[in-house]
Amino acid sequence: MIALVDYGAGNLASVRKALAAIGASVWTPAVPGELSRATGVIVPGVGHFDATRGLTGDWRAAITDAVADGKPLLGICVGLQWLFEGSAEAPDVEGLGVFKGRCFTFTFPEGERQKVPHVGWNSLAMPRPSRLMAGIAEGTQVYFTHSFAAPVIDDTAATCEYGVPFSAAVERNNVSAVQFHPEKSGPAGLQILRNWWQAC
Amino acid sequence: MLSKRIIACLDVRDGKVVKGVNFEGLREAGDPAELARRYNVEGIDEIVILDVTATVEARQARAHTIAAVAREIFLPLAVGGGIHSEADAAAAIEAGADKVSLNTAALKNPDLITRLAKRYGSQAVIVAIDAKRGAGTPNQGGPYNVFARSGQAATTRDAIEWAREATDRGAGEILLTSIDRDGTKAGFDCDMTAAVSEAVNIPVIASGGAGSFAHFAEVFREGHADAALAASIFHFNEKSVSALKLFLSESGIPVRV
Repeated sequence: MIALVDYGAGNLASVRKALAAIGASVWTPAVPGELSRATGVIVPGVGHFDATRGLTGDWRAAITDAVADGKPLLGICVGLQWLFEGSAEAPDVEGLGVFKGRCFTFTFPEGERQKVPHVGWNSLAMPRPSRLMAGIAEGTQVYFTHSFAAPVIDDTAATCEYGVPFSAAVERNNVSAVQFHPEKSGPAGLQILRNWWQAC
Repeated sequence: MLSKRIIACLDVRDGKVVKGVNFEGLREAGDPAELARRYNVEGIDEIVILDVTATVEARQARAHTIAAVAREIFLPLAVGGGIHSEADAAAAIEAGADKVSLNTAALKNPDLITRLAKRYGSQAVIVAIDAKRGAGTPNQGGPYNVFARSGQAATTRDAIEWAREATDRGAGEILLTSIDRDGTKAGFDCDMTAAVSEAVNIPVIASGGAGSFAHFAEVFREGHADAALAASIFHFNEKSVSALKLFLSESGIPVRV
């Protein structure tokens, strides 16, 4: 049973629907203590990094415990950013710090102005093999919508480029995260969710 | 590289897809969920449901249509038409929409843009602008006059200025429809699209006038559109999404194929 953490950051209906489509059972825990009976944990999120303030205190501790117990964790969008140390979007809010680095906003060289947020389908490059991206071909396009992004680090499992390269997916041991929306990325997105769920 | 998006628009009335010309003379074009399923198979990037006769009584029906379409696709889904309050937006999002598109309500009450952007994030808020080239229209001297209520009511706003203000208030995308071109298949209004796209730093979706594959290439190249939306060209099986994307790809325009 997958725990989908609801901390008030946007709607969970799409993620729930995608998990149902791959055959995973999912519930939204009412209190942090319920995470102890999860086989996997998803931290979703669209919108603003500031919303992750909702993940302080007991939620933060329960998620940390789940990770320490070896349970598969998947961060999506702002959920990925929260697993880094923090974000320029809300500098006073601390991330979980599983991954090194801070999230930044897009900047473009002079004369190469592009729109922010980065909205739409963009292609992935895989710097190394990972469980999460297994079977996903180089150049596969997935759906992004975000204004801030995480740096490319050793744990990066997929990169994307929008003015600058950034982490589209990260994976270290039982902790995975994606900046794009697998629940909105057609068959490729469902395959990535299935890859993650298989470890739960 | 970020792809240019192809968006299919389902104008829905009483649970059925309809389509008119210049915002008038609606004819039926099928079942929303069935069309969504077909477009999904053909490789559409996103779907917009516009409830063209949104009334209070229609609200329940709208939720049903949204849920039926959302079941068919794992793609971004936007909903517009009759979103007049936070409660309307919440109901659409609860039913499965990822984004809501505000039009008349945003003109009447621009603060709604900000409130929804705060609650759901800017990425969930599209401001739809229906505009007409200006002779004799009451806008503030700008070239493109904004209309409310499905093109029925002229406002005093200019499309470029309104797009800027909507962006400042927290909109995440602009859906720009040319009333002059809507349903005519005469091509997008590339000048208007370029003017708005250059005025704002958020994505602009061009709409109104798609009649050939070349029109899409034009609006991406000359109109600087980030996405293009069409309805009739797809609904009546005149052109397939997959053939369009192949054409664009061969023309050197980045698309998801």
